[in-house]
Order: sequence, then structure tokens, then C-alpha cells
Amino acid sequence: MLTKEKVKSFLVNQAVPILFLIIVAVGAPLSGFSLQHLTQEMTYRLARDSFVVLSLLVPIMAGMGLNFGIVLGSMAGQIGLIFITDWGIRGIPGLFIAAVLGTPIAILLGFMCGSILNKARGKEMVTSYILGFFVNGLYQFFGLFMLGPIIPITKPSMLISRGYGVRNTVDLLGVRGAIDKLIDLKIGGVSIPVATFLLIAAFCFFIVWIRKTKLGQDIRAAGQDYELARLSGIAVDRTRIISIIISTVLACYGQIILLQNLGTVNTYSSHEMTGVFAIAALLVGGATVAKASLMNVFVGVLLFHMMFVISPMAGKRLIGSAQLGEYFRVFVSYGVICIALIFHAMKERARAQKHREELMIGESSLNHGGEAR
Amino acid sequence: MKNFLKKLVESAGWARIIIGLFLLLLFIIAPFVQVRLDTSIQDVLVRVGMNGVLVLAMVPMIRSGCGLNFGLPVGIIAGLLGALVAVEMNLTGLTAIFTAILISLPIAVLLGFSYAQIINRVKGSEMMIATYIGFSSVALMCIGWMILPFSHPTMVWGFTGQGLRTTISVADAFQDVISNILSFQIGDFFYFPTGMLIFFGLACYFVHLFFKSKTGIAMTAVGKNPSFARSSSVNIDRMRTLSVIFSTALGAIGIIIYQQSFGFIQLYMGPFFMAFPAIAAVLLGGASLKNATITHVIVGTFLFQGVITMAPSVINSMMQSDLSEIIRIILSNGMIIYALTRKEVYKR
Repeated sequence: MLTKEKVKSFLVNQAVPILFLIIVAVGAPLSGFSLQHLTQEMTYRLARDSFVVLSLLVPIMAGMGLNFGIVLGSMAGQIGLIFITDWGIRGIPGLFIAAVLGTPIAILLGFMCGSILNKARGKEMVTSYILGFFVNGLYQFFGLFMLGPIIPITKPSMLISRGYGVRNTVDLLGVRGAIDKLIDLKIGGVSIPVATFLLIAAFCFFIVWIRKTKLGQDIRAAGQDYELARLSGIAVDRTRIISIIISTVLACYGQIILLQNLGTVNTYSSHEMTGVFAIAALLVGGATVAKASLMNVFVGVLLFHMMFVISPMAGKRLIGSAQLGEYFRVFVSYGVICIALIFHAMKERARAQKHREELMIGESSLNHGGEAR
Repeated sequence: MKNFLKKLVESAGWARIIIGLFLLLLFIIAPFVQVRLDTSIQDVLVRVGMNGVLVLAMVPMIRSGCGLNFGLPVGIIAGLLGALVAVEMNLTGLTAIFTAILISLPIAVLLGFSYAQIINRVKGSEMMIATYIGFSSVALMCIGWMILPFSHPTMVWGFTGQGLRTTISVADAFQDVISNILSFQIGDFFYFPTGMLIFFGLACYFVHLFFKSKTGIAMTAVGKNPSFARSSSVNIDRMRTLSVIFSTALGAIGIIIYQQSFGFIQLYMGPFFMAFPAIAAVLLGGASLKNATITHVIVGTFLFQGVITMAPSVINSMMQSDLSEIIRIILSNGMIIYALTRKEVYKR
């Protein structure tokens, strides 16, 4: 039954998606894009970005919050793509080899990230966030100084003119759209990259399946109560590391899928953008730091990217400046993460407060009982 | 001797000793790779003066238990507004600097107060949220810089006459006016920015005095032991609010000092990452998430700025390649991770 309370709690819990729905509903007609154009754009973006966003789910299950460390996986994927471009391996085999190359790097980085996060329990998000920057420094060193002199790059066109270090952008002509165009279904003038969606569907099944395994149970137990899980004999720290490794490796594959759609790698910035957008999209979809579902992922990607597509045009039509719309969407990406984090922290505090009060009431009633006797 | 060394390591911490030795090594190598020692020392001193007050802005919030001030851009925005107004009014010299500071302070208090309202509601996850408050306010101000009604020809885009430029030169307004007070030159290659270092020293002394006052001690108590503070009838939220305002105001002053030495006002995404080097410096100085002193600020600023000034110039002349940005990224973020993962030892 729909009661007043239920409606109210729905509105409160889904405040962020509802707000975005309003922004999109107002902005879409203003942008002047045709319905077909928007549908096509959303289909592509859903195929492109969902995989990366999905990779955030496992650490949330493990109670580690938003894993800003997915950029580590993204970097691993990019390293794989840089190599296959240099070696000139095209199409699906190219992407497959990129994934094979990226996997061990992602596992290593994920292991490192997980171990560090175990040392910073309670501060996982901010630590994984800074860790992203730290590894970005190592990655830049690798890209600018190791590639060329130490690890040979055969194509001079990929190198900076000084003779070593990979250029700012790498063209992925050989693998561009390799998965998207594998099965290209056209419905009413909108082309649908079926193969990419199949991969995403496989990932969704993986998430559903892993929840039922022993590992999944352990992950969820660790997420609900660290101490309790530890006392009941679960190797919590190990479980947490595994969940971060899963997330990092999947983010690596996600980045490969994302970049085969875009067709170019911005060697030193693609991964940063991936991290911010993935987390913002998940939160826009109504997920919180502690709870996220498959539904949140897809609703979030749709709404966030809709805002993304329409805001420069809407800004131009409305105020006469596309740049303003551009800044608006940067502001919204960061603002939505900010607001979602604030809501979550406030809710957590209220819960802790309530818990404390309950304990106190319990104690005092116990004391009264004692006196009466 | 062995005991002395052990004590030294314990009190200074490994990180500081390693970085300190590394810096010393850089100074020793420098002359052998054709890097002038006097210019290097000058560069380090100038950058210590430039960044010092921004690092100092970390202290109040750490002391009151609000953690590292990742929201430093909030204060920086206040400082930018002050500096812009001073340039817009066609002021020059010390008048321009002090007008900029005077205008930025009320803005900083206002912004700091609002920032504190959020920080007080999210106890326990201040740092993550502060980071995003910083980022969102920088992004919001990007829109602001485009539409605010400034019109001074050196500041707005020449083509349209609207919207502020990305970098605005302060050469005609207030470049080096504080640095040049009592400054002197030795030879052709060494300039000592006396005024700026005195300003930094005075700011440190002022903060030091504040933490000796009744309010300052209460603020420290809130950070060290909230339940003790509460039972001594200290209003915790009020102290935290005060500390956030204090940090924000120091951030505003800090960026104005930075600009007068740097020579440019950087708008738009300029302030985006400015909190990180300041945080890294104070941590390198030996501060933790719960404790920071003036010594930490001074030692940390010197070590951090020393390494990121010296390392690139020495390495560049050895290998002819530019590593400065990468060293800065790895060092500053590595330092922050080290602090986040360190077990806090509670001394009660």
C-alpha cells in the first residue's frame, strides 16, 4: 500500500535522482537536440560507461565506501591499450591482449590498494582517493620516462618529439569500436552495440552470482560489521583486499571498453575523468556510500550523462555561452558527490546517536529494575 | 651516541630524516652539476615565504580535530576576490595588498562559517567532504569568474570585454611589495625576500600566541579529547566553527602573499589542487591528523619546498628532462597516504 510515510521516505531517499530528473527534463527541450539524437547518444554512453560504474559495487558491499581507487585499474587498462597500439594488433584480439596485459598490473595495484586501505580503516575513501593521485604520479613517470628508453616503443609517431615518452593522445584506430560494431543492431535509426551490452549483462550476472558464493557472503559480512565478521572467523582483511582487487581488475576491463568506444586515449588524463564520472554517475542513480544496486548504476549513468550531453547546449541557448554550460557540468559532477557524501555522513551520525541513546535507555531501565527489587 | 641517534629518529620520524638527508644531498650535488647554490637557496627561501601562510592555514583545523584542511580552496577563493577588487580599484603597492587582505577577510569569515556548518554535521568524514567542498566551490567560482562584473582592462578578456582572464598579472598592482621590504641583493644571483619571510614569521607568531590564549587552549582540547572538553563546558561545535573560520582566513591571506611573490592571480581551475602541497608540507614537517604545531609548519614548508625546488633543477641538469611535476605529485600524495595510514598514538 502507498502510505504517506512511504511516499515521503521514497522522496527523501531518492532526492538526488529526482533532482537530476528535473534538471534533465528542463534542460532537454532547451538544448534543442532531437529525440533520436539523444536516444542514440544515451545508448552509446550506457554501453560505454556502465561497466566502469559496475566495478564500484563490490567494495561498497564490503563496506569500504566508494572505491576512488578504480583509477588504478583504468591506468592498467590504458597501459595495455598503449602496448597493443604500438604492436599494431587490431580488432578483438587487440582488445583481448590489452586486457591480458592489464590484468596482472591491475591485480598488483589492487593488492597494494587493498593492503593500504586496511591500514586506514574508517578513512578508506579519502585514502583511496589520494592513492589515485599517488599512483597517477608513478604512471606519469612510467609513461613519460620509461616508455621509449627502457621499454621500447617501436612507432615513433606515438612518442613525444624529444624521442621518449608517450604522447598526450594515442589514437586507437585499430581497435576503435571493435566490440561495439561486432553486433550492430539498428532499431528505428538508433544503432545498438549489442556485444557491449552482452558484456555488461555478463558482469551483472557476475555481481548477482558472487553475492551467493562463500566469498560474497564474507564480503557482505565484512561490510555489515567488521568486528563481528572477524570474531566469527572470517579473514576480514583478506576479504577486503580481494574485493578491491576484483574492483580494480574490472575497472581495467571497463576502461578498455570505454576507450574502444571513444577511439582515443588521453594518456595522462582519461583515467582521472573516468573515476570522477563513474562515482558521480553511481551517486546520481540514488546509490549511497553504503548501499548500491544494479538499478542505481543504470539510472545513474542515464541521468548523469543526459545532463552531460545537454548542459553545454542548454547553457548556450539560455545564457549564450557554451563555456558556462561546460563549467556547470563540472560543478554538478563534483557537487553531486559532495552532497551525497554529506547526506550519508549525516545519516550515519544520526544512526550512531540513536544507537547510543538506546544503549543509555537500556542501562537506565536496567538500573531501575534493580532498585525496584 | 647510539642513544642520541635513537632519540633523534624517534622525535623527528623516519620520513623527515630521509627527506632531510635527501635535501642535504641535493644541496651537495648541486655545484657539481652546474646548478648555482646561491640561486637555489634564493629559490627555496622565496618559495618558503610564498607558501608558508597557506601551510599555516592547516594548523587551526588539525588542532580542533577537523583533520587536514582539504577545503583550503574555500579560503583561496576569498583571497582571490580580495585581490581582484584591489586590482579593479586601481590600487598599487602596500595599499593594494592591505586592501586586498581587508576585503578578503570578511568574505573568508562568511565562507568559513558556512563551510564549518557542513563540517560540524559530518564529524568523522570531514576530510573526504572537505575535498569535495573545495572542488565544488572552485567549479562554482569558474562560473562566477565568467559573470562577475569586473571591468579593469588588465583583468577581462580583451576580445569580448567580459569574463575574467585565466591568469591576471599583478606586476603593476602589488607584485613583490611585501617581499621587497628590507630585502637585499648579494651579488647578481642572490635575493633575500626579507619582508615576506618576516610576514610569515609574524603570522606564525600570531598563531602561536592564539594557541596560548584561553580560546586557543580550549580549541586544542576539543581536538585532543572531545569528552574532556565537553565536561569542562567547552562548546565543541563553536570551537570547531572558529577553527574552520581561522583556517579559511589564513588561506585567504596566504594566497594573497603567494600572488604578490608569484606575480599572477590564477583563476578558474588554478586553486583546484592547491590544498595538496600545503597538506603535504605540514605532514612532512611532522604533523599528524590530530596534531600540528608551528614548528611542523616551518620545518615542513622548508623541507617540502626545498625538495620540490632542488630535485627538479639538479635532476634536470643531470638528465636533461623535466621531472618537477611528477616529483611534486608523488612526494605530496605519498606524504598524505603515509599520514592517513599511520596509527595514531593517543596520549591522554
